[in-house]
Amino acid sequence: MLSIKGLKIAVENKIILHDLDLEVGAGEVHAIMGPNGSGKSTLAHVLAGRDGYDVTEGDIIYDGKNLLEMNVEQRARKGIFLAMQYPVELPGVSTLSFLKASVNAMRSSIGEQELDAVAFMKLIRSKAKLVGMDEDILKRPINTGFSGGEKKRNEIFQMALLEPRLAILDETDSGLDIDALRVVADGVNSLRADDRGMILITHYQRLLKYIEPDFVHVLAGGRIVKSGDKTLAQELENRGYSWLEAESAA
Amino acid sequence: MGASTHELDALLQGKYPAGFSTDIETDTLAPGLDEQTIRAISAKKNEPAYMLDWRLKAYAHWTGMETPTWAHVHYTPIDYQAISYYAAPKSSADRPGSLDEVDPEILETYNKLGIPLEEQNRLAGVAVDAVFDSVSVATTFRQQLADAGVIFCSISEAIQQYPELLKQYLGSVVSYTDNFYASLNAAVFTDGTFVYVPKGVRCPMELSTYFRINTEKTGQFERTLIIADEGSYVSYLEGCTAPMRDENQLHAAVVELVALEDAQIKYATVQNWYPGDEEGRGGIYNFVTKRGDCRGDRSHISWTQMETGSAITWKYPSCILRGDDSVGEFYSVAVTRGRQQADTGTKMIHLGRNTRSTIVSKGISAGRAQNTYRGLVRMSRRADNARNHTQCDSLLLGDRCAAHTFPYIEVSNPSAKLEHEATTSKIGEDQLFYCRQRGLSEEEAVYMIVNGFCKEVFNELPMEFAVEAQKLLNVSMEGAVG
Ligand SMILES: Nc1ncnc2c1ncn2[C@@H]1O[C@H](COP(=O)(O)OP(=O)(O)OP(=O)(O)O)[C@@H](O)[C@H]1O
Ligand SMILES: [Mg+2]
Repeated sequence: MLSIKGLKIAVENKIILHDLDLEVGAGEVHAIMGPNGSGKSTLAHVLAGRDGYDVTEGDIIYDGKNLLEMNVEQRARKGIFLAMQYPVELPGVSTLSFLKASVNAMRSSIGEQELDAVAFMKLIRSKAKLVGMDEDILKRPINTGFSGGEKKRNEIFQMALLEPRLAILDETDSGLDIDALRVVADGVNSLRADDRGMILITHYQRLLKYIEPDFVHVLAGGRIVKSGDKTLAQELENRGYSWLEAESAA
Repeated sequence: MGASTHELDALLQGKYPAGFSTDIETDTLAPGLDEQTIRAISAKKNEPAYMLDWRLKAYAHWTGMETPTWAHVHYTPIDYQAISYYAAPKSSADRPGSLDEVDPEILETYNKLGIPLEEQNRLAGVAVDAVFDSVSVATTFRQQLADAGVIFCSISEAIQQYPELLKQYLGSVVSYTDNFYASLNAAVFTDGTFVYVPKGVRCPMELSTYFRINTEKTGQFERTLIIADEGSYVSYLEGCTAPMRDENQLHAAVVELVALEDAQIKYATVQNWYPGDEEGRGGIYNFVTKRGDCRGDRSHISWTQMETGSAITWKYPSCILRGDDSVGEFYSVAVTRGRQQADTGTKMIHLGRNTRSTIVSKGISAGRAQNTYRGLVRMSRRADNARNHTQCDSLLLGDRCAAHTFPYIEVSNPSAKLEHEATTSKIGEDQLFYCRQRGLSEEEAVYMIVNGFCKEVFNELPMEFAVEAQKLLNVSMEGAVG
């Protein structure tokens, strides 16, 4: 469903990603690991269409279409969801009204009727249960004053609500306690489906114990330097990244 | 990486939806201002001598005054001889006694503005007094209010019917010597609204006035007086619009509120006078004096305003906290875009003991607009344990606009406590990205973020007006995208 070929990305004339290739098929879960500053979030942002990144070379094809020609909201409405590493606070914007606007924007883009308040609340309740989301928090302004873990959980909650085709989770596991990690992992697992692709960006092998990836990739120095199955994650946990960096430099 | 200035500008150049004018015959005084003008206005309104005397004193005082220049606004001086000081729809020479007698064209105008008087009459449970140019054309719900003992009528009518109340209270909060525009208003005001809520009465419905400037080259000088007697409660909303015209029009209103012991007045304004075009041509000069007097102990006055229109706004709804334990509040959203200039804020004058005031000001600027908050908090010698909390937040959209904050603080009592918080922010690129990633268009995202920024103030508006204020905000953000 997603095919990235020869992608080169620059930010303010500094090249962050070089010649990156990645194929994600429907139903697959890919984990991307790699040292700090290696360009993982950059890749996630470019997939979501964020401004400020220059795509100097390469193509991204999503469901047979040129993703780079779509703007942020078009991509979102076509089912690309990014759970952000740093979810943004919107002071004064209640979580519920934000979610309602979001759900309805998605629905009307595909010609479905907008949900009324009753149908919407029903949806909210069922999804809140799924990811153990506290309903009281939904009355507060979105992400504003939420703890780190609450913000992350809210991202997964939104993913459950929007049921994306391609979900990209950027370090959603960072900052979660053990119980929250379980809940998030259960939520993600329940969304695993044959027609849904997932990219998990993470630093920790412990998430991958709960969510078993089909593929593990290591991003270092702006390119994917190694790909393998889930055993690669274990190897990275034991040996770190330096051996790979040395290998790819050689 | 701010969101690009152009895109935001495009978003914010929404059209002015109230910019049509209505063809009706009007009875207009020739432009010009002298003692004869004032006598003519007073005669047209068939006023008793006490009013004419008061007007003439105000005029004599005004002729010796200078235009104030301290506000952070720029405009070519106003030629007071080029303005017509009276314009009445002809059909109202005999004031309509009920809605059926109101000129259908005028009713249509209000309908276009989304204020169907007939509908409001039946459905909304809101009593409306509509002021069209200089006269009040329709007052709905008279009977229900009369049953509760509430007087709600045009001020012209009150001058005739309730001279004792008028003599006691008119000018008792904003005297005719108060300031340049207030003096001018006292001399030439043509209509406005009068409310009296008797002792212990909770006014059974929201009261509301809509002002509309229609005729070319007229000024609108209305005057509103609201008196809440002991232990009473009233909530009042005024809304304002004007058609698009190339010349500037002057609106110099005076609003006086008097709250006696244990009384509460909530006064809300939704103002979207025509702001002028993108080059700054035309638009309303909105120079208004609004002041509330918490005259009795434990009285409570709150001002809530949503200011989106006018070329220039010069307005400081204020509270004099005279009674012990009295409370003053000011909640404001001021939106400026294009070439609009707003210099607005409040004054909280603490005279009584244990008086408390709260100021929440939200300024939003876009385009090349200038948005200034100017606020005075004065704690007098007698004001033991007085408290004030001020919060001033500015949101800048784009980088050619500006926000200014001028807080003035005068404390003569050591037990007084004041807190002041101020922030200036921009809509973050990260906030827009977050919203758009969840499927919202850029326009919806801006609207949502701006609306969130104003939330604290909208919460203070009565439910139906909060919805209206949000719609208005939406309209003023509406633009080319999508
Ligand atoms: N706007 C920007 N301007 C300059 N450099 C940037 C910008 N955005 C990202 N970078 C740089 O690009 C590189 C990759 O950043 P990115 O956030 O993608 O790393 P990451 O792999 O997600 O790291 P982490 O594991 O710490 O989250 C970093 O060196 C970062 O400083
Ligand atoms: Mg990152």
